[in-house]
Amino acid sequence: MNPLIAEITKEQLRTDIPAFRAGDTVRVHARIVEGERERIQIFEGVVIKRRGAGISATYTVRKITNGVGVERTFPLHSPRVAKIDVIRHGKVRRAKLYYLRNLHGKAARIKETKR
Amino acid sequence: MTRKGILGTKVGMTQIFTDKGELIPVTVVQAEPNVVLQVKNNESDGYEAVQVGLQDMREVLANKPAKGHVAKAKTAPKRFIREFRDVDLGDIKVGDEIKVDTFKAGEIVDVTGTTKGHGFQGAIKKNNQHRGPMGHGSRYHRRPGSLGSIINRVFAGRKLPGRMGNNRVTIQNLEVVRVDTDRNVILIKGNVPGAKKSLVTIKNAVKAAK
Repeated sequence: MNPLIAEITKEQLRTDIPAFRAGDTVRVHARIVEGERERIQIFEGVVIKRRGAGISATYTVRKITNGVGVERTFPLHSPRVAKIDVIRHGKVRRAKLYYLRNLHGKAARIKETKR
Repeated sequence: MTRKGILGTKVGMTQIFTDKGELIPVTVVQAEPNVVLQVKNNESDGYEAVQVGLQDMREVLANKPAKGHVAKAKTAPKRFIREFRDVDLGDIKVGDEIKVDTFKAGEIVDVTGTTKGHGFQGAIKKNNQHRGPMGHGSRYHRRPGSLGSIINRVFAGRKLPGRMGNNRVTIQNLEVVRVDTDRNVILIKGNVPGAKKSLVTIKNAVKAAK
């Protein structure tokens, strides 16, 4: 990356992001602004991908709600995310877990690992 | 309408979070202080304009006329020299500097640059035409199509394959997202024509509704 661009975006990079990778289960505390009020909505699920570098880095969290798969992509450094909790580290052999979209129930489980 | 402008070089693109937390794409334009090299007026030149230069050149690269021209402004030879017309010439003197603080965040600007050259390209890539069917023996795949009525020539302006890109293009009504006076940088929302390190001209917008 161009050093000037790195310098410009540096101040917006967050330093409080915990280490997590694809396969981990996370709880994302998303800030929702409704007119004047602001509240926290929790989105909990499996990280199925991380992509990008610097300020453009994003991650996608997948969860099953009422039997329907829901995926949400967050910018990693977004100020609209109050906090990310890593609940469990998963053992996976890929960086992108798109195969989870075709699996459900028992087959979609991910083994836990200590890291 | 009086206009104002600045010369800069494109650095590249990135993203920025706004105060509301929205992630918006921005182009980084670096504009070192532009030096006023000449002020043209109606009496001597027949029109009014301010001539500015950007980016110092090594002394050996400049020829004598170029050196003599910049000597009046007591500065080094410049790589890019352009003029701005319709500028308020009030108290602009030779040797003055135009800095990025000419613009402020939220302003609407027009940005001019030279697009990337793509070489000789076909009608599909160059003119956004469609291709014919690849199968069923169509024998008509990526050709430009009919050239018009049979009058033993092709009408001027027909869209045909040819050189694409390397054109001077102005993109209007872009928003200035941030002005960084310490680093001489302007962040413009969206994309700007040209390759990295190429010259771009930023002017306040002609059409912008206030």
